[in-house]
Amino acid sequence: MATNTDCTTTAGTPALGPEPEAATRNACKLCAPLGAAMVFKGIRGCLPFLHGSQGCATYIRRYMISHFREPVDIASSSFSEDDAIFGGARNFELGIENVISQYQPELIGVATTCLSETIGDHMLGMIKTYQDNHQAEGPPLVHVSTPAYSGTHSDGYFATTLAIVKKFALPSNFRLSHRVNIIPAMMSCADLRHIRELCERYGLSSTLLPDYNATLEGGSWDAYHRISPGGTSLEEIEEMGASTATLELSHSQANVKQSAGSYLKSACGVPLHSLGWPIGIRLSDQLFTSLSEISGREMPSEIADERARLVDAYVDAHKYVSGKTAALYGEPDFVIGMAAFLSEIGVRPILCATGSKTPQWKELLHNEIEGGMADVEALAGVDHAKLASRARERKPDLLIGSSKGYPLARELGIPLLRCGFPIHDRIGGQRQLYVGYRGTQQIFDRVVNAFLEAKQEYSKTGYSYL
Amino acid sequence: MNTVTTGDSIHVLDDRAAQVWTKGSSKEFACDRKSTAGAVTQRACAFCGSRVVLYPIADALHIVHGPIGCAVYNWDIRGALSSGPQLHRNSFSTDLAEKEVIFGGEKKLKASLIELIEFYKPKAAFVYSTCIVGLIGDDVEAICKQVTQMTGIDCIPVDSPGFKGTKKSGYQAACEAAYKLVGTAKTDGIKKHSINLMGEFNIAGEAWMIRKYFERIGVQVVATITGDGRVDDLRRCHGASLNLVQCSGSMTHLSKLLEDKHGIPMKRVSFFGFEDTAQALYDTAEHFGDSEMMDKAEALVREEIAKYAPRIKAYKKQLKGKKAALYVGGAFKAFSLVLALRALGMQTVLAGTQTGNAEDYEQLKEICDPGTVIVDDSNPLELAKFVLEKDVDLFIGGVKERPIAYKLGVAFCDHNHERKIPLAGFEGMLHFADEVARSVLSPVWKFAPRRSLHMKTNLNPGND
Repeated sequence: MATNTDCTTTAGTPALGPEPEAATRNACKLCAPLGAAMVFKGIRGCLPFLHGSQGCATYIRRYMISHFREPVDIASSSFSEDDAIFGGARNFELGIENVISQYQPELIGVATTCLSETIGDHMLGMIKTYQDNHQAEGPPLVHVSTPAYSGTHSDGYFATTLAIVKKFALPSNFRLSHRVNIIPAMMSCADLRHIRELCERYGLSSTLLPDYNATLEGGSWDAYHRISPGGTSLEEIEEMGASTATLELSHSQANVKQSAGSYLKSACGVPLHSLGWPIGIRLSDQLFTSLSEISGREMPSEIADERARLVDAYVDAHKYVSGKTAALYGEPDFVIGMAAFLSEIGVRPILCATGSKTPQWKELLHNEIEGGMADVEALAGVDHAKLASRARERKPDLLIGSSKGYPLARELGIPLLRCGFPIHDRIGGQRQLYVGYRGTQQIFDRVVNAFLEAKQEYSKTGYSYL
Repeated sequence: MNTVTTGDSIHVLDDRAAQVWTKGSSKEFACDRKSTAGAVTQRACAFCGSRVVLYPIADALHIVHGPIGCAVYNWDIRGALSSGPQLHRNSFSTDLAEKEVIFGGEKKLKASLIELIEFYKPKAAFVYSTCIVGLIGDDVEAICKQVTQMTGIDCIPVDSPGFKGTKKSGYQAACEAAYKLVGTAKTDGIKKHSINLMGEFNIAGEAWMIRKYFERIGVQVVATITGDGRVDDLRRCHGASLNLVQCSGSMTHLSKLLEDKHGIPMKRVSFFGFEDTAQALYDTAEHFGDSEMMDKAEALVREEIAKYAPRIKAYKKQLKGKKAALYVGGAFKAFSLVLALRALGMQTVLAGTQTGNAEDYEQLKEICDPGTVIVDDSNPLELAKFVLEKDVDLFIGGVKERPIAYKLGVAFCDHNHERKIPLAGFEGMLHFADEVARSVLSPVWKFAPRRSLHMKTNLNPGND
């Protein structure tokens, strides 16, 4: 006998009936402590520590390992029932001691979970007590509040960059004239490396916060490293207050109360260039303009050549993509950058979705989409079920986002371009380049080829020459 | 200091010293403890335990009551397949926000359940309580009762706040929840020679393979619990006359309930490796005291082994003398792995589990070779330490263990619930041999720095 659930797809929605609204179905977001762990992984010698039940740390480790395929050690205070009732101070102290003994970290990044937030554990007090008891020996501890019931992993990510500059960046009377601060959105390891390289091309040295390019995509080891090598050093972070400028590569941070970049501006007087995730020619142009302004140099010829080749590629392939439609989802900054890029090559981003509820996200998105928003649905704070239901109706030609869109792509019979986080059913998500002309070139080729492949695949005759 | 370390420079935390043991030493061995704070345990929490046990029940609605993290991290991450409905592959959550944490999440849970049941028409619903719910004290049981009355669909609370004990406590909560369905349907049509396959999660379709073996020897499988699970099968599984328990960590409690309240005896079995699979079939035939069944079992074993043995023999030649480390969830899996590796000519030098108990470890100690290190509730540093000290050629574990092996140039075989290759049964043994061989015998290891210490000088001649 057929059951009612037999018509359920792996995306989880039967063909008929009013859509449930109360529950979240297949969330398009992760929790704030994951974002915190990402940032802590980008600091040299730092071990992330989640204050709460150990499941949070284990889940987040597992999730990050499936994307990065690197060791991701995250400690936990391993709450038991007693700790949930009487407070986690005892376990916190023991946990920190054990972490120091095992990992010998240069910094411990302490993030809260929903459990420790709800019982009201006073982290700053506990950190102070710990340090008083240990005569302030051992590595510094930095704390960020990341309850999973408010915000998403993006929020946790940026809250952590802010907490770090607040704690370590020192105001300075002089400027390091060739040093820039970069606050990237949750980009790939390849993006972080490329941004550093681009700064160097303009004669600038850069401090990236975070910089997990090596810790989350490192080499093979000849001996065991307790903490993966790489990351931004504490000395560099201290000096962020003396840099000549900060580039914040996140649309969403421009609209929050306080960001790492705005703090460095207000507290340390570092000029802020508030930019977006530089995907596509226009957003990349903005990045290069800022780098020119800061360095006083013209665009290096190698970069100008990359831009020229990219324009040439846009022209060569424009007919293959023009008039096509795409649905995209992911972190709020990623979606804006990607939508800007798609709209400038003539692909309509008809469904733009994020699980976050970033302030004014729709307006920010609107500003970056060429050709207006008339046919663009901007869905903030949505889950994959809602996205799937809209996609069934709008029938995009292409889906762009994390591996989590696979069931939908399979159901709709359209290609999925795996971008962002997490990519756990393909290899190489962490070294996919998105930023600058070079990254745009790569993602452009992938977009065009996805359309060509689909056309070829689904044609009756099977074209061999397109 | 962020130092480069070798195996002997990593120490075991004092708190954990008794959980690391070497065969041949007279030291006491401890297990069944809470994880030590800051030890970076590979274990998850009680919530995770309950979720992984019940999740493969494919026609039930599984909703996680709490903030979003707990639900989203286990959205369709495991390889438990269903032959029909796919509802279990979704991630449903009440996704509690700040105001609900303050004022309570009961309303949202109720609304969520009613809507989801209306929309998906599940056979039953499981409601998992997370840390927050354990704390703010939502009366999940009352909500479940109300919704059951309103919808006619059994809503079953799973009492699994993450901090409540260990992963094992979560297994127990899951068994309690599953047991609520047992005995609620008629047992018509169940034959005398019938079993439940318990602690079988149908990873990559393994339950289907095992089920076929039993059908071939004339045994009816009433329920596979919980892989390819169905609510209606659970309702009538008390009609089976024997429980075969594979993953004892997860299912012992349910099988005990079935034994105590319905008089169904249990047998611990394993379907990993030729020996254990054959033994499981023989044990079953012996239990039923049916000589015809035993003949069929013997014929089946002969036939199956004949099919796969030659290719395994070929692998054995190539793998002989290699050393393996294994760190897995449950102990029963570890026993089978030691034997299966031995069948491939390999030696186990490190064996550990997340959730083994004293009895399990006694058995593990017995089957291991002298010098084997046995660890309970280990962590990445300890595992790396022994990989280096024992100079292993292969690591067997799950996603979290994989990078430990790969970073150090060591082959790896995924043997947890996320894999997509069936390793059970006779056919599975071939897959296992194939999987191990493809990694251990891969030519890539010669590039791994630890295996090619002279590479640096070779690449930079003159730079001695």
